[in-house]
Amino acid sequence: MWIYEKKLQYPVKVYSCNPSLAQMILEQFGGADGELSAGVRYLTQRWSMPTGEAKGILTDIGTEELAHWEIIGTIVYKLVKDATVEQIKGTPFEANYANRGKALFPQNAAGVPWTATFIQSKDDPIANLYEDMAAEQKARSTYENLIKLSDDPGVTDALKFLREREVVHFQRFGETLRIVEEYQERKKHY
Amino acid sequence: MDDKQLQLLEDIMEIGFSLVETNLYLDTHPKDERALRLHNTLAGQYQELEFLYNSKYGPLKYTGMSQFPWKYIDEPWPWEIDYSGCD
Ligand SMILES: [Fe+2]
Repeated sequence: MWIYEKKLQYPVKVYSCNPSLAQMILEQFGGADGELSAGVRYLTQRWSMPTGEAKGILTDIGTEELAHWEIIGTIVYKLVKDATVEQIKGTPFEANYANRGKALFPQNAAGVPWTATFIQSKDDPIANLYEDMAAEQKARSTYENLIKLSDDPGVTDALKFLREREVVHFQRFGETLRIVEEYQERKKHY
Repeated sequence: MDDKQLQLLEDIMEIGFSLVETNLYLDTHPKDERALRLHNTLAGQYQELEFLYNSKYGPLKYTGMSQFPWKYIDEPWPWEIDYSGCD
């Protein structure tokens, strides 16, 4: 069960109109290492987790990723909402505009649609948790690229917040990995 | 959204975020008593502020009560809010 809370996790301030930056930010909306991939990956892997800690952390980080997906969508929405067609022409956002105007769509910066092949789910919690830790590092790395590309202080501020979250998630998944390893060791001995 | 409403909403967002942190930490450190106390204090503050917001401006969740007509749908929605209003 999920319940929507009518608030963002972090206040998104956008001071400019910038369709090019919007298209790049889409990398974290529908890209391989983006927030949607993260959310679907963790929430799907829950059924293979052996301990309460692991079931809890995948549920709660997976849920937080959906809140981050909403933040990313909000950044994109705000970066293009006042853009004129003239301002969109010649930018990487033009192809999106040709298809669906300013509507949001789960795609990466290059326009490739989101697909479940971006993620994996194994009947092996250790393999899953290593994938999850790698995913957090890849997301952190993408945020660092986006921070370099951003010239809007509000967007940069939100991206820095999201980058920081990937570091925390990596930490929590590492702790979960150790908990699951200990659990499997204990099971072997009894 | 006026400054007073935005301020209350941002207070709720802030405590809500602290609760995300205590939640994740407690998932992997369930026996940390100090962290659990902090979580419980924040949870109490969150409930109070959410109740106050709900009674003044309508529910943030569909499980909340509403005056007539249903205020949950009142705009702006979270992605439409200008958060630079009250720095
Ligand atoms: Fe994450």
